[in-house]
Amino acid sequence: MSAPTDLRYTRDHEWVRVDGDEATVGITQYAADQLGDIVFVELPDTGRELEGAKPFGVVESVKAVSDLFAPVSGEVVATNDALAGGPELVNSDPYGGGWMVRLRVADPTELDDLLDADAYDDLVAAG
Amino acid sequence: MTETASTQPAAHETPLASRHRALGARMIDFAGWLMPVQYGSILDEHRAVRERVGLFDLSHMGELGVEGPDAAVALAQAVVTDPPALAIGRAHYSMLCAPDGGIIDDLIIYRLAEERFMIVANASNAAIVSDALAERLAGSRAILDDRSLATGLVAIQGPRSVEVIAPLTDVDLGALRYYAIAEGQVAGIPALVARTGYTGEDGFEVFVDTARTAELWDVLIDAVRAADGLPVGLGARDTLRLEAGMPLYGNELDLETTPYDAGLGRVVKLDKPADFVGRAALERVAEEGPRRRLVGLVVEGRGIARHGYPVHAGERRSGVVTSGTQSPTLGVPIAMASVAPEDGEPETRLEVEIRDARVPARVVPLPFYRRST
Repeated sequence: MSAPTDLRYTRDHEWVRVDGDEATVGITQYAADQLGDIVFVELPDTGRELEGAKPFGVVESVKAVSDLFAPVSGEVVATNDALAGGPELVNSDPYGGGWMVRLRVADPTELDDLLDADAYDDLVAAG
Repeated sequence: MTETASTQPAAHETPLASRHRALGARMIDFAGWLMPVQYGSILDEHRAVRERVGLFDLSHMGELGVEGPDAAVALAQAVVTDPPALAIGRAHYSMLCAPDGGIIDDLIIYRLAEERFMIVANASNAAIVSDALAERLAGSRAILDDRSLATGLVAIQGPRSVEVIAPLTDVDLGALRYYAIAEGQVAGIPALVARTGYTGEDGFEVFVDTARTAELWDVLIDAVRAADGLPVGLGARDTLRLEAGMPLYGNELDLETTPYDAGLGRVVKLDKPADFVGRAALERVAEEGPRRRLVGLVVEGRGIARHGYPVHAGERRSGVVTSGTQSPTLGVPIAMASVAPEDGEPETRLEVEIRDARVPARVVPLPFYRRST
């Protein structure tokens, strides 16, 4: 299972889709599979300023609570309300319907620190 | 997203470890045993047990034999229940308590014969229970035999349990009531078959020699699959027992908790003739009333209450969540919590501190789930 090549990735298993000055964020298929059945996602309010590499929410499986980390700094311009009633979307469609937040990127140079798909696949393969 | 994984090798493997690996199970170290936490989806495994049938490897549990002319009376002095009152072929839920009334472990005690008992202890406490029983039985005509490593245990749980196991056993299942045990064969293998479990469903626990456990599993897994069932790991075992309101040692029960604090005072037989370890302390708690109450909570706001989260009654700290999850059957977050006695009545409004928020929760009677019979 390879990560989509049009996305960028963090070492904490978030993905980022860059579109102009906005970035959509979710967790990878690998992360969702490792967590198992996701039953709850807690996301920040729209308008909140996130700081890169700092926790911005949580994702909970049946067994465990895991922090979500902001891939880059920026203001939350949208959150995925569908996850409140359908957290299982993160398992079934992690790169699509399971997206979590959309940010207005504060400093585009932070995007340069993210991994491309090949580098992320290597990270996962290395365990 | 971060994860932690244990890299410590587990000390023990059950005789089914290779079966679990072949099924693609995610394995974890649980109480020094390498155990399957899930084979696929925990939710699917949970639902299989509620609606159909599931197969569990419980070979990590401790099995202790107690045998001899004094077995019954000596046990009565060691545990809070009254084993001499048990009929042959019957079992009861019991506890081993410390002199101060704190719970060392919760147990199932089966009477196999007039002078022969089998005690099943939690894997995490098996060695402690074995040592404590050896000490408490010393000087009596009762011999303790720790059979934990020699015994494999497989559970079949769920509404289709009878149809799965009936064609494979000579045990009269119609005569085997809840909390009863019988000797016989399953899949041609000498076994003890008990109608006990930890899921809130009908089902059986089958004790066999370690050496024949894989053979038993191979027959049972085919039968369970044929009944549209699944192998089930420790993940779903935990959500199943929590919905059924059953305590887990280390969560609801520990050395700081008496049976009364955990809402299990009925287990303690203060009217039995025997003196027993913890009696004086437990008589005092029974008279003065427990310091805490174990309650069920339904979380009514956003969030899942987890083990260790604080519970508040207005401005007052009331207690702590002992276990919590998103209930697969009810579809809402449920929890058990140890709270101040005055906060224990059903419909009491409390708040659970989930990260930096206080989330409303309502006290409900336990269990959360009861099967329709």
